Amino acid sequence: MTAWHIVLLASIACAAIKLIGYAVPPAVLEKPAPARIANLLTVALLSALIAVQTLGQGAAVVLDARVPALLVAALLYAVRVPFIVVVIAAAGVAAAVRALA
Amino acid sequence: MVRVARSDAERAAVRTGIAVGAATGAYGISFGALSVAAGLDIWQTVVLSAVMFTGGSQFALVGVLASGGLAAGPVAIASAVLLGSRNALYSIRMAPIVGGGPLRRIAAAWITIDESTAVATAQTEPRAQRLGFWVAGCAVFVGWNAMTVVGAVIGDRLGDVRQYGLDAAAAAAFLGLLWPRLREAQPIAVAVGAAVVATAFTPLVPPGVPVLAAALVAVLVGAANVFARPAGSPGGGGGGAPGTDGTVAAEVGEGER
Repeated sequence: MTAWHIVLLASIACAAIKLIGYAVPPAVLEKPAPARIANLLTVALLSALIAVQTLGQGAAVVLDARVPALLVAALLYAVRVPFIVVVIAAAGVAAAVRALA
Repeated sequence: MVRVARSDAERAAVRTGIAVGAATGAYGISFGALSVAAGLDIWQTVVLSAVMFTGGSQFALVGVLASGGLAAGPVAIASAVLLGSRNALYSIRMAPIVGGGPLRRIAAAWITIDESTAVATAQTEPRAQRLGFWVAGCAVFVGWNAMTVVGAVIGDRLGDVRQYGLDAAAAAAFLGLLWPRLREAQPIAVAVGAAVVATAFTPLVPPGVPVLAAALVAVLVGAANVFARPAGSPGGGGGGAPGTDGTVAAEVGEGER
């Protein structure tokens, strides 16, 4: 699988998902379970990605500069600092910790 | 759009749409930079923003590729698709608002994302809803794609991204997408469970697979409907359009402005 295969397959699949919704009868939304699972799926995947991005190093789990960076990010989101500022601040914390270590 | 005169509600929808577009576009920079850092080239990065055009899935794809390389391709695709599945719910919700024939629906599907759905559902008048959807969707599309190119070009020149903390920026970006969704006990429980499962599986299975394993937490909790708000919500957290209204409204309220 080349990078182009991955990019194109994933892009077309994600675009198709959006189209499917326009072909589905609205009654689907009246059943709570599928909608609830889809929303929780978003939460689970985002949370898992955070965990892996923060603690994963290939197949190892490590604690490094990413952990304080994420804690700072959480703190900033809690006081409603805008997304782009938080992302830059998190990168700055990780870079600073690495430069000092 | 032959009618020039617009109601106050319609003008408000246009203003909100443009504001959301500008704010969202700005973090296209972080996607562009992270994508080239993950090993994709500038053109692949551009195609992702133009065709996939759903931020969470794009970040997921490059996040998995960053840790697992091309070998993690199938898992990366699966993560992106699962994360994009919520857009189908938005499409179902937007179909009656958008109306029209197949061509209009294809165009609408392209820009059906968190932000356009949120702006549309935040309006009360049908015309304002439709206008808000199109203006927000198009504004985000233009901003997101333009800023992706900027980010990709910058990222391409950075070299070792860890030195600049870009790997931590990826986690912070996901946290920003997750944060507005953590309002109730059920999503919080799922978030904690998914993080634990993903971390526990990391040493055991190939990169990317821990994320998919964590998705099972959502399926189990959602199907059994445990950790739902106990009282005062008939149908155990269900309702007319479960999740979509509250979630996307919360995202515009906090995530994007």
